[in-house]
Amino acid sequence: MATVTGALPRVLRRPTSYTGWWSWVTTVDHKRIGVLYGFTAFAFLLVGGIEALTIRTQLAGSESALVSPELYNQLFTMHALTMIFLAVMPLSAAFFNLIIPLQIGARDVAFPRLNALSYWIFLFGGLLLNAGWLVGNSPDAGWFAYANLTSKTFSPERGLDFYALGLLVLGTSSMAAAFNFVVTILNMRAPGMTLMRMPVFTWMTLVTSFLLITAFPVITVGLIELAFDRLFGTNFFVTAKGANPLLWQHLFWVFGHPEVYILILPAMGIVSEVLPTFARKPLFGYPFVVLSGVSIGFMGWAVWSHHMFTVGLGPVANATFALTTMVIAVPTGVKIFNWIATLWGGSLSLKTPLLFALGFIVLFIIGGLSGVSHSSPPADSQQQDTYYIVAHLHYVLFGGSIFGLFAGIYYWFPKFSGRLLHEGLGKLNFWLMFIGMNLTFGPMHWLGLDGMPRRIYSYPAGMGWDFWNLMSTAGSYMLGIGFLAFAWNFVSSLRKGEKATSDPWDGRTLEWSIASPPPIYNFATIPTVHGRDAFWAQKYLETPGHQPRGVPSGGADGDGDGAHGQGAGHLGVHMPGLSYFPIIVALGLALAAVGLLTHVAVIALGVLIMLFGIYGWTFEPAEPDE
Amino acid sequence: MMDRRSPGHLRLAAFTLPLIALLAAACFPEHPQSTFDAQGPVAQKQLDLFMIIFWAAVFVFVVVQGALLYTVLRFRRRQQQDSLPPQWHGNPRLEVAWTIAPAIVLAVIAVPTITTIWDTATVPPGESLEVNVTAHQWWWEFQYPGLGVVTANELHVPVGRTVKVSLESRDVIHSFWVPKLTGKTDLIPRNTNVIWFRADQAGTYYGQCAEFCGIAHAQMRFRVIADAPEAFDAWVALQGERPPAPAGPAAQGFRVFVQKGCTVCHTFGGSEGEGVQQGRMDGFLKGQAQYPAPNLSHFASRETFAAGLLTRTDENLRRWLLDPRAVKPGNRMAQLAEAYTNAEKALSEDDISALVTYLQSLK
Amino acid sequence: MHVTAPGHAAPLETSTGLDHRKLLMWAFLGSDCLFFGSLIATYLLYRGKSITGPYPHEVFNIPYTSVSAFVLLTSSLTMVLALAAIQRGDQRGLKAWLLATALLGGVFLGGQYFEFTTFIREGLTLRANLFGSTFFTLTGFHGAHVTVGVIILLSLFVTALRGRLPRERHLNVELAGLYWHFVDVVWIVIFTVVYLVEAPNIVGAG
Repeated sequence: MATVTGALPRVLRRPTSYTGWWSWVTTVDHKRIGVLYGFTAFAFLLVGGIEALTIRTQLAGSESALVSPELYNQLFTMHALTMIFLAVMPLSAAFFNLIIPLQIGARDVAFPRLNALSYWIFLFGGLLLNAGWLVGNSPDAGWFAYANLTSKTFSPERGLDFYALGLLVLGTSSMAAAFNFVVTILNMRAPGMTLMRMPVFTWMTLVTSFLLITAFPVITVGLIELAFDRLFGTNFFVTAKGANPLLWQHLFWVFGHPEVYILILPAMGIVSEVLPTFARKPLFGYPFVVLSGVSIGFMGWAVWSHHMFTVGLGPVANATFALTTMVIAVPTGVKIFNWIATLWGGSLSLKTPLLFALGFIVLFIIGGLSGVSHSSPPADSQQQDTYYIVAHLHYVLFGGSIFGLFAGIYYWFPKFSGRLLHEGLGKLNFWLMFIGMNLTFGPMHWLGLDGMPRRIYSYPAGMGWDFWNLMSTAGSYMLGIGFLAFAWNFVSSLRKGEKATSDPWDGRTLEWSIASPPPIYNFATIPTVHGRDAFWAQKYLETPGHQPRGVPSGGADGDGDGAHGQGAGHLGVHMPGLSYFPIIVALGLALAAVGLLTHVAVIALGVLIMLFGIYGWTFEPAEPDE
Repeated sequence: MMDRRSPGHLRLAAFTLPLIALLAAACFPEHPQSTFDAQGPVAQKQLDLFMIIFWAAVFVFVVVQGALLYTVLRFRRRQQQDSLPPQWHGNPRLEVAWTIAPAIVLAVIAVPTITTIWDTATVPPGESLEVNVTAHQWWWEFQYPGLGVVTANELHVPVGRTVKVSLESRDVIHSFWVPKLTGKTDLIPRNTNVIWFRADQAGTYYGQCAEFCGIAHAQMRFRVIADAPEAFDAWVALQGERPPAPAGPAAQGFRVFVQKGCTVCHTFGGSEGEGVQQGRMDGFLKGQAQYPAPNLSHFASRETFAAGLLTRTDENLRRWLLDPRAVKPGNRMAQLAEAYTNAEKALSEDDISALVTYLQSLK
Repeated sequence: MHVTAPGHAAPLETSTGLDHRKLLMWAFLGSDCLFFGSLIATYLLYRGKSITGPYPHEVFNIPYTSVSAFVLLTSSLTMVLALAAIQRGDQRGLKAWLLATALLGGVFLGGQYFEFTTFIREGLTLRANLFGSTFFTLTGFHGAHVTVGVIILLSLFVTALRGRLPRERHLNVELAGLYWHFVDVVWIVIFTVVYLVEAPNIVGAG
């Protein structure tokens, strides 16, 4: 190999430093990429939170004029886009990255550089989506961006160009990550870990990844059509040329409903890990929980028109989609019953991770029940596009996804920092968020049924909406304080938190069998798995004939082979080397997208950078320096 | 002890909050857009169905949250417990049972859902009043095809008579919603929807666009005014007349109205001919400064203007004509009318007074 | 260079027994099915809904496109032969069939270029009507896929020419083949849906 490397220009040499700023830019280590995802997502979460607080402040009273309607429409659009695509999805991706290889007993993901590429595209896509703020025109047609309001005629400003291109770029990132995790989970499990022995979080990641690679192509087509309409003058959503605006709604919701499960299934997976650990009992009915997750994933494809009950699809279509939607409540109910049964008879340690997991169940039940009420089209016709829906979606996305993800943060923080988050601050964080959440979104049920539509920047006095809007705003500030408590806890615990052992919670899965923080190669010897809850079994059942053995590391795209990771050499473990090319390819892609909004020369530059990156990627030497 | 127990109690209080809120809503039927105060058969059926679901949900809520709360309180770790709890892995019979249980609850909801879907979708047989509703950015046009009446933002209907409504849009998607009379149905370009409703009590019912439709979406309101049959007939008769020729001070206002180009978008002498509004839309799409606008022939017979935003008083009209952008940001008149885009054509104080007089004369 | 990297001498042991890259390719093709599925659904929804011309029957030259489709289908055969060649260690055959496949793909693309320019001359542009928008977008994205395929095939050909595509690396050819066959199958569907199934010409239909 040395013969060939010597001939390559210097820039193609693999970077070698595992410390310092550059080592983060060039890292392909799944744990570091997970950390990058986590911090970036949290930063975007704060941006989305500030947008939310501005919205709530505006709505605190009737006829408020704090923000203009133009700005308000951008705020609610960007709040949703930010929370969905830049906070909850990447926070889930952070956990996929941090946890999956550890849970399945692997040294990395299947394609480490592709993994780095996913992160960098996500970062640039997130910045592109937010770039509208710089020019004063952010997307302003809602996250659902219904055609034909989005056509050039009715939205001549630039905002929706950022929407279409930003989401296209972000979609590339999500799909790349999902391909990676499908292959990683299917192909890189430790010996003996059959599918039905995988931890539930791994299962839910697999289902989520399949949903991503199947749902995103659909919205990609919708976004391409929108972008072509706006940039090249095609007629996909131009009604004057005969287009039907419902095309967009179908494409959007065929993607959009699986997307809902993309947001919630990882959190369900986390809860399914936390409950057994803190109850010191195995998950009750593992096959039922897994199969219900899988069937939710499948059924998610058959319910999209329940977002369209008011468009006049006719009684037959409405009845059909009402029934499919109601059916999806069955596997969801099964999960909840199994979770409660997991707790039943256990020895519940009410630490913060469990509190957040319990909060998840409590709030998700409420969100699920309100969901059933709009699975019924006649009832939904009074609820659609009101604050009742806003309440519902926040109970499942905030009470569900965010609480689940917070349970995960408190649960796995010690694994990656070597320290515990502070319990007292954690409880404060939980109760502020739990009460704040109910105070913010609980009253919205009523406001919606009292006739308050969503997406209105102001409302007149005399509608009877003032008091509960004020309460809701107060709740949102409480939530804000809850997030501050979390941030304080995170920063202070990182610096001087109580030291954690490798297994602080008496964990059940393989990630707890290795040091905290894990060495770069994760497992010095790959464990052999003999059943579910592999590590628990090791600790308590001590399977006879347990023989740890070495297996090759991850990395089939050419970079897994040969490069020595830091500190891994003495074990003879080959770890993927660092690489410049993921960020170069991502930069090229983002530039090309920016070029579509600015100048064709920028497109050309972006494409050139991307081609250079792909070329370098392909011919990158496996060894760092020879 | 205290910090062990209080979470449960607090949580209980927090759960019940939305419930109390829901029940409290039922106590405030006077709120103009309350969905709990159904005043016609369509809204009533939708409400009845919601109440079935609501009580089913309350039942499930109490059972499941109760079970969860009880489990957490009973099985919380008391002190240092060293022994492992029993390691159950599952119980297939139990799990099948709780797969079936939600299915039964859902069946209870599904049956009335299906019947209500068809009930509310089928226009009752017999005589009905036909109305064509066209939604525009950001106002409502109501046409009574059999009666030759066109009006804006205030839909008059006779009490007790079925109203068959045909919903259309020429620009973007909007949604027709009068909470006390009927749930939402969207108005979608190139897709016409037909719905029906009936008002059983005379009164004014508030409605509002319920599909985000752009900058002034929040201010795209309207009213349904249910009149006693005789009052409705009188209203129709008035609307069908040609408005009186402007005389006296109103004549001055009429001259301003014509000079300033208001007639490009506003019809004033009776109902529009076929295709007039479509022509204005086509003009807009071609880049001309025009947009379909409310028919002003009987402007002064309405209680409100600017899509239900303002009461029709001289003072409000003056405010609106002086600076429509300040009253209703984003509105098409401020954006397109020469009086507001061309400084040379701007309205003077006198112009505004004259226009107010003229408009208020259009009974 | 990773031709000689140690990992490739002894293939990685995987849980499914499938190589990572092969699994990735299958996942990608599954995903791409939905991409083309959505584009085709758009085309079908707008079939016969254009309110101004040119209409399909005015521009299509079915015999011409049939020849072009036949060329692309033939390239699937040469692709199979290229894979068979590398698997039996026949380097000459490998190079010949790779080049043949790339050339046939190139002929198809040339045909598409000629077709597009002809249509544009006849007034059917991306902006002309719904037919133009849906037709060019659907067939254009297919053409882009073929272009990527041709580039992959040419890279493989050059690699083989330099003696760096030995028998052990037949997976590279197999993956290119999977992709290439997929693109061909998609064309069969597009050709049928767009060209062969008679489109109703409802002028002015809403």
